[in-house]
Amino acid sequence: MGIEERELERNVLITSVEKLVNWGRKFSVWPLTFGLACCALEFIVAGSATVDMARFGSEVARPSPRQADLMLVAGTLTKKMAPMVKRIYEQMAEPKWVIAFGSCACTGGIFRSYNVVQGVDQIIPVDVYVPGCPPRPESFLAALIKLQKKIERETVRDRKLISAP
Amino acid sequence: MNREKIEVLKRKFGSQILSLKEEKGEITLLVKLEGLKNLLKALRYDDEMAYDMLIDLCGVDYLGEDPRFEVVYLLRSLRDGDRLRIKVRLNEDQEIETVSDLWRAAEWLERETYDMFGIRFANHPDMRRILLPDDFNGHPLRKDFPAEGYDFDKPFEVKLEEES
Repeated sequence: MGIEERELERNVLITSVEKLVNWGRKFSVWPLTFGLACCALEFIVAGSATVDMARFGSEVARPSPRQADLMLVAGTLTKKMAPMVKRIYEQMAEPKWVIAFGSCACTGGIFRSYNVVQGVDQIIPVDVYVPGCPPRPESFLAALIKLQKKIERETVRDRKLISAP
Repeated sequence: MNREKIEVLKRKFGSQILSLKEEKGEITLLVKLEGLKNLLKALRYDDEMAYDMLIDLCGVDYLGEDPRFEVVYLLRSLRDGDRLRIKVRLNEDQEIETVSDLWRAAEWLERETYDMFGIRFANHPDMRRILLPDDFNGHPLRKDFPAEGYDFDKPFEVKLEEES
Protein backbone atom coordinates (compact mmCIF):
# COMPACT_ATOMS: atom_id res chain seq x y z
CA MET A 1 0.00 0.00 0.00
CA GLY A 2 1.22 3.39 0.92
CA ILE A 3 3.87 5.13 2.87
CA GLU A 4 3.07 3.76 6.30
CA GLU A 5 3.66 0.14 5.33
CA ARG A 6 7.15 0.92 4.07
CA GLU A 7 7.89 3.00 7.14
CA LEU A 8 6.63 0.39 9.53
CA GLU A 9 8.89 -2.26 8.10
CA ARG A 10 11.84 -0.30 9.43
CA ASN A 11 10.25 0.37 12.77
CA VAL A 12 8.39 -1.30 15.55
CA LEU A 13 4.77 -1.91 14.72
CA ILE A 14 2.67 0.08 17.06
CA THR A 15 -1.05 -0.41 17.00
CA SER A 16 -1.72 3.13 18.00
CA VAL A 17 -0.28 4.31 14.67
CA GLU A 18 -2.90 2.27 12.94
CA LYS A 19 -5.52 3.77 15.15
CA LEU A 20 -4.27 7.23 14.32
CA VAL A 21 -4.27 6.58 10.58
CA ASN A 22 -7.68 4.96 10.66
CA TRP A 23 -9.05 7.74 12.77
CA GLY A 24 -7.86 10.24 10.20
CA ARG A 25 -9.19 8.23 7.31
CA LYS A 26 -12.62 7.51 8.62
CA PHE A 27 -13.55 11.16 8.95
CA SER A 28 -12.51 12.12 5.48
CA VAL A 29 -14.08 9.51 3.23
CA TRP A 30 -14.45 11.46 0.04
CA PRO A 31 -17.08 10.00 -2.27
CA LEU A 32 -16.91 9.97 -6.02
CA THR A 33 -19.57 11.97 -7.85
CA PHE A 34 -21.01 9.01 -9.66
CA GLY A 35 -24.49 7.63 -10.23
CA LEU A 36 -25.99 5.05 -12.52
CA ALA A 37 -29.74 5.42 -12.04
CA CYS A 38 -32.43 6.83 -9.75
CA CYS A 39 -30.56 5.93 -6.53
CA ALA A 40 -28.04 8.62 -7.42
CA LEU A 41 -30.69 11.20 -6.49
CA GLU A 42 -30.74 9.86 -2.93
CA PHE A 43 -27.01 10.40 -2.82
CA ILE A 44 -27.50 13.99 -3.97
CA VAL A 45 -30.05 14.51 -1.21
CA ALA A 46 -27.56 13.07 1.29
CA GLY A 47 -25.37 16.08 0.56
CA SER A 48 -28.18 18.59 1.02
CA ALA A 49 -28.79 20.70 4.10
CA THR A 50 -31.55 18.49 5.54
CA VAL A 51 -29.47 15.31 5.69
CA ASP A 52 -25.99 16.83 5.45
CA MET A 53 -23.37 14.13 5.17
CA ALA A 54 -20.79 16.84 5.91
CA ARG A 55 -21.40 16.01 9.56
CA PHE A 56 -19.50 12.78 8.92
CA GLY A 57 -16.70 14.31 6.90
CA SER A 58 -17.91 13.15 3.51
CA GLU A 59 -19.14 16.32 1.93
CA VAL A 60 -16.31 16.63 -0.58
CA ALA A 61 -17.69 14.75 -3.57
CA ARG A 62 -14.88 14.50 -6.07
CA PRO A 63 -15.51 14.40 -9.81
CA SER A 64 -12.22 12.60 -10.43
CA PRO A 65 -11.68 8.97 -9.35
CA ARG A 66 -8.03 9.80 -8.62
CA GLN A 67 -9.06 11.98 -5.70
CA ALA A 68 -11.89 9.89 -4.30
CA ASP A 69 -11.85 7.25 -1.57
CA LEU A 70 -15.41 5.97 -1.75
CA MET A 71 -17.23 4.66 -4.76
CA LEU A 72 -20.96 4.73 -4.25
CA VAL A 73 -22.46 2.45 -6.86
CA ALA A 74 -25.95 3.94 -6.86
CA GLY A 75 -28.25 2.35 -9.35
CA THR A 76 -28.74 -0.40 -11.89
CA LEU A 77 -25.52 -1.68 -13.39
CA THR A 78 -26.08 -2.83 -16.95
CA LYS A 79 -23.67 -5.17 -18.64
CA LYS A 80 -22.84 -2.49 -21.16
CA MET A 81 -21.87 -0.10 -18.36
CA ALA A 82 -19.87 -2.68 -16.37
CA PRO A 83 -16.47 -2.12 -18.07
CA MET A 84 -16.68 1.63 -17.38
CA VAL A 85 -17.52 1.08 -13.71
CA LYS A 86 -14.66 -1.35 -13.30
CA ARG A 87 -12.28 1.05 -15.00
CA ILE A 88 -13.34 3.92 -12.73
CA TYR A 89 -12.83 1.65 -9.71
CA GLU A 90 -9.35 0.71 -10.83
CA GLN A 91 -8.51 4.36 -11.43
CA MET A 92 -9.19 5.18 -7.80
CA ALA A 93 -6.14 5.35 -5.57
CA GLU A 94 -5.81 3.11 -2.51
CA PRO A 95 -7.25 3.10 0.07
CA LYS A 96 -10.68 2.81 -1.52
CA TRP A 97 -14.05 1.52 -0.45
CA VAL A 98 -17.26 0.62 -2.23
CA ILE A 99 -20.85 0.96 -1.09
CA ALA A 100 -23.45 -0.93 -3.13
CA PHE A 101 -26.39 1.45 -2.81
CA GLY A 102 -29.86 0.14 -3.58
CA SER A 103 -31.29 -3.24 -4.47
CA CYS A 104 -30.06 -3.13 -8.06
CA ALA A 105 -26.46 -2.57 -7.05
CA CYS A 106 -26.69 -5.25 -4.35
CA THR A 107 -28.34 -8.06 -6.28
CA GLY A 108 -29.74 -6.80 -9.55
CA GLY A 109 -33.00 -5.95 -7.78
CA ILE A 110 -36.16 -6.28 -9.84
CA PHE A 111 -34.14 -6.70 -13.02
CA ARG A 112 -33.76 -10.44 -13.33
CA SER A 113 -32.78 -9.76 -16.88
CA TYR A 114 -30.27 -10.46 -19.60
CA ASN A 115 -28.81 -6.97 -19.59
CA VAL A 116 -28.34 -6.27 -15.88
CA VAL A 117 -25.38 -7.39 -13.77
CA GLN A 118 -26.82 -9.31 -10.81
CA GLY A 119 -24.94 -7.38 -8.15
CA VAL A 120 -21.87 -5.15 -8.51
CA ASP A 121 -19.90 -7.56 -6.30
CA GLN A 122 -19.50 -9.65 -9.43
CA ILE A 123 -17.06 -7.09 -10.82
CA ILE A 124 -15.71 -5.07 -7.87
CA PRO A 125 -15.32 -5.84 -4.14
CA VAL A 126 -18.07 -4.30 -2.01
CA ASP A 127 -17.69 -3.17 1.62
CA VAL A 128 -21.22 -2.18 2.59
CA TYR A 129 -24.53 -3.21 1.03
CA VAL A 130 -27.56 -0.94 1.35
CA PRO A 131 -30.84 -2.56 0.27
CA GLY A 132 -33.91 -0.53 -0.65
CA CYS A 133 -35.59 0.69 -3.79
CA PRO A 134 -34.40 3.35 -3.41
CA PRO A 135 -32.90 3.54 0.09
CA ARG A 136 -33.56 6.81 1.89
CA PRO A 137 -30.66 9.27 2.23
CA GLU A 138 -30.53 8.36 5.91
CA SER A 139 -29.61 4.85 4.78
CA PHE A 140 -26.59 6.33 3.11
CA LEU A 141 -25.56 7.90 6.40
CA ALA A 142 -26.09 4.56 8.14
CA ALA A 143 -23.88 2.89 5.54
CA LEU A 144 -21.28 5.60 5.94
CA ILE A 145 -21.18 5.08 9.71
CA LYS A 146 -20.89 1.33 9.16
CA LEU A 147 -18.03 1.97 6.78
CA GLN A 148 -16.35 4.22 9.32
CA LYS A 149 -16.57 1.41 11.87
CA LYS A 150 -15.02 -0.90 9.35
CA ILE A 151 -12.21 1.55 8.62
CA GLU A 152 -11.58 1.82 12.36
CA ARG A 153 -10.85 -1.89 12.55
CA GLU A 154 -8.55 -2.01 9.55
CA THR A 155 -4.86 -2.78 9.88
CA VAL A 156 -2.09 -1.92 7.46
CA ARG A 157 -1.88 -5.60 6.63
CA ASP A 158 -5.49 -5.70 5.43
CA ARG A 159 -4.80 -3.60 2.42
CA LYS A 160 -2.51 -4.92 -0.23
CA LEU A 161 -2.16 -3.60 -3.70
CA ILE A 162 -5.29 -5.37 -4.70
CA SER A 163 -7.06 -5.37 -7.96
CA ALA A 164 -10.66 -6.41 -8.46
CA PRO A 165 -11.42 -10.13 -7.91
CA MET B 1 -52.25 12.42 -52.76
CA ASN B 2 -51.40 9.10 -51.21
CA ARG B 3 -53.94 7.24 -53.37
CA GLU B 4 -52.41 8.51 -56.58
CA LYS B 5 -49.03 7.33 -55.39
CA ILE B 6 -50.42 3.89 -54.69
CA GLU B 7 -51.79 3.66 -58.23
CA VAL B 8 -48.37 4.55 -59.63
CA LEU B 9 -46.74 1.98 -57.34
CA LYS B 10 -49.18 -0.72 -58.42
CA ARG B 11 -48.46 0.03 -62.05
CA LYS B 12 -44.69 0.00 -61.61
CA PHE B 13 -44.17 -2.70 -58.98
CA GLY B 14 -47.41 -4.66 -59.21
CA SER B 15 -45.69 -8.02 -59.36
CA GLN B 16 -43.78 -7.28 -56.20
CA ILE B 17 -46.64 -6.23 -53.96
CA LEU B 18 -48.10 -9.19 -52.08
CA SER B 19 -50.89 -7.33 -50.34
CA LEU B 20 -52.18 -3.83 -49.76
CA LYS B 21 -54.13 -2.96 -46.65
CA GLU B 22 -55.79 0.29 -45.75
CA GLU B 23 -57.01 0.98 -42.28
CA LYS B 24 -58.00 4.35 -40.84
CA GLY B 25 -56.24 6.05 -43.70
CA GLU B 26 -52.98 4.23 -43.12
CA ILE B 27 -51.64 2.22 -46.02
CA THR B 28 -49.55 -0.89 -45.45
CA LEU B 29 -47.80 -2.74 -48.24
CA LEU B 30 -46.47 -6.26 -47.85
CA VAL B 31 -43.82 -6.76 -50.50
CA LYS B 32 -41.46 -9.48 -51.67
CA LEU B 33 -37.90 -9.57 -50.41
CA GLU B 34 -36.48 -9.83 -53.92
CA GLY B 35 -36.13 -6.42 -55.50
CA LEU B 36 -37.00 -4.64 -52.25
CA LYS B 37 -34.08 -2.28 -52.66
CA ASN B 38 -35.30 -1.11 -56.07
CA LEU B 39 -38.76 -0.47 -54.71
CA LEU B 40 -37.42 1.54 -51.79
CA LYS B 41 -35.07 3.44 -54.06
CA ALA B 42 -38.03 4.42 -56.21
CA LEU B 43 -39.99 5.50 -53.13
CA ARG B 44 -37.08 7.61 -51.98
CA TYR B 45 -35.96 9.30 -55.20
CA ASP B 46 -38.82 9.23 -57.74
CA ASP B 47 -40.33 12.65 -58.04
CA GLU B 48 -43.88 11.31 -57.81
CA MET B 49 -43.09 9.45 -54.56
CA ALA B 50 -40.56 11.55 -52.62
CA TYR B 51 -40.63 9.60 -49.36
CA ASP B 52 -37.55 11.42 -48.15
CA MET B 53 -37.78 10.56 -44.47
CA LEU B 54 -37.39 7.22 -42.76
CA ILE B 55 -39.33 7.50 -39.53
CA ASP B 56 -38.54 4.05 -38.21
CA LEU B 57 -37.21 0.69 -39.18
CA CYS B 58 -37.84 -2.27 -36.96
CA GLY B 59 -38.12 -6.01 -36.82
CA VAL B 60 -40.88 -8.39 -35.73
CA ASP B 61 -40.47 -12.03 -34.76
CA TYR B 62 -43.40 -14.31 -35.72
CA LEU B 63 -42.03 -17.45 -34.11
CA GLY B 64 -43.46 -20.60 -35.67
CA GLU B 65 -44.47 -18.93 -38.91
CA ASP B 66 -42.63 -19.19 -42.16
CA PRO B 67 -40.94 -16.85 -42.98
CA ARG B 68 -40.16 -16.09 -39.38
CA PHE B 69 -39.16 -12.43 -39.34
CA GLU B 70 -40.67 -9.24 -40.64
CA VAL B 71 -38.92 -5.93 -41.24
CA VAL B 72 -41.07 -2.82 -41.19
CA TYR B 73 -40.19 0.50 -42.84
CA LEU B 74 -42.16 3.58 -41.84
CA LEU B 75 -41.78 6.26 -44.48
CA ARG B 76 -42.92 9.83 -44.67
CA SER B 77 -42.89 12.37 -47.43
CA LEU B 78 -42.11 15.82 -46.11
CA ARG B 79 -43.19 17.38 -49.40
CA ASP B 80 -46.65 15.80 -49.52
CA GLY B 81 -47.11 15.12 -45.82
CA ASP B 82 -48.19 11.50 -46.16
CA ARG B 83 -46.98 8.24 -44.75
CA LEU B 84 -46.44 4.73 -46.01
CA ARG B 85 -45.71 1.46 -44.24
CA ILE B 86 -43.69 -1.20 -46.04
CA LYS B 87 -43.40 -4.70 -44.65
CA VAL B 88 -41.22 -7.52 -45.85
CA ARG B 89 -40.92 -11.08 -44.55
CA LEU B 90 -37.72 -13.07 -44.38
CA ASN B 91 -36.26 -16.17 -42.78
CA GLU B 92 -33.33 -16.65 -40.43
CA ASP B 93 -30.99 -17.76 -43.19
CA GLN B 94 -31.86 -14.84 -45.47
CA GLU B 95 -30.14 -11.48 -45.65
CA ILE B 96 -31.84 -8.20 -46.41
CA GLU B 97 -30.26 -5.38 -48.34
CA THR B 98 -29.36 -2.28 -46.33
CA VAL B 99 -31.11 1.02 -47.01
CA SER B 100 -28.57 3.12 -45.15
CA ASP B 101 -27.42 4.57 -48.48
CA LEU B 102 -30.97 5.80 -49.17
CA TRP B 103 -31.72 7.13 -45.69
CA ARG B 104 -28.81 7.78 -43.34
CA ALA B 105 -31.18 7.25 -40.41
CA ALA B 106 -31.32 3.57 -41.31
CA GLU B 107 -27.74 2.95 -40.26
CA TRP B 108 -28.37 2.79 -36.52
CA LEU B 109 -31.89 1.42 -36.89
CA GLU B 110 -30.57 -1.52 -38.87
CA ARG B 111 -27.88 -2.07 -36.28
CA GLU B 112 -30.57 -2.14 -33.60
CA THR B 113 -32.66 -4.59 -35.61
CA TYR B 114 -29.60 -6.79 -36.01
CA ASP B 115 -28.84 -6.49 -32.30
CA MET B 116 -32.33 -7.41 -31.16
CA PHE B 117 -33.40 -9.95 -33.78
CA GLY B 118 -30.24 -11.16 -35.50
CA ILE B 119 -31.51 -10.04 -38.90
CA ARG B 120 -28.44 -9.37 -41.03
CA PHE B 121 -28.33 -6.40 -43.40
CA ALA B 122 -26.11 -6.93 -46.43
CA ASN B 123 -23.68 -4.17 -47.45
CA HIS B 124 -24.24 -2.23 -44.24
CA PRO B 125 -21.18 -0.02 -43.52
CA ASP B 126 -20.88 -1.01 -39.84
CA MET B 127 -22.84 -4.15 -38.96
CA ARG B 128 -22.15 -4.33 -35.21
CA ARG B 129 -24.35 -4.51 -32.15
CA ILE B 130 -25.46 -1.08 -31.00
CA LEU B 131 -27.15 -1.47 -27.58
CA LEU B 132 -25.72 -4.67 -26.14
CA PRO B 133 -22.07 -5.52 -25.45
CA ASP B 134 -20.18 -6.88 -28.44
CA ASP B 135 -19.66 -10.31 -26.86
CA PHE B 136 -23.34 -10.77 -25.97
CA ASN B 137 -24.81 -14.18 -26.65
CA GLY B 138 -28.18 -14.23 -28.43
CA HIS B 139 -30.72 -11.71 -29.71
CA PRO B 140 -33.09 -10.65 -26.92
CA LEU B 141 -36.24 -9.65 -28.81
CA ARG B 142 -36.56 -13.06 -30.40
CA LYS B 143 -39.55 -14.87 -28.96
CA ASP B 144 -37.50 -17.91 -27.98
CA PHE B 145 -34.98 -15.85 -26.00
CA PRO B 146 -35.30 -16.41 -22.22
CA ALA B 147 -35.79 -13.17 -20.25
CA GLU B 148 -32.69 -13.88 -18.15
CA GLY B 149 -30.52 -14.57 -21.17
CA TYR B 150 -28.47 -17.65 -21.92
CA ASP B 151 -25.60 -16.97 -19.48
CA PHE B 152 -27.63 -16.09 -16.41
CA ASP B 153 -26.19 -18.82 -14.17
CA LYS B 154 -22.61 -18.08 -15.06
CA PRO B 155 -20.70 -15.41 -13.13
CA PHE B 156 -20.45 -12.18 -15.05
CA GLU B 157 -16.97 -11.21 -16.16
CA VAL B 158 -15.71 -7.88 -17.40
CA LYS B 159 -12.94 -7.67 -19.90
CA LEU B 160 -11.18 -4.33 -19.95
CA GLU B 161 -9.50 -3.45 -23.20
CA GLU B 162 -5.78 -3.05 -22.83
CA GLU B 163 -4.73 0.55 -23.15
CA SER B 164 -2.54 1.13 -26.13
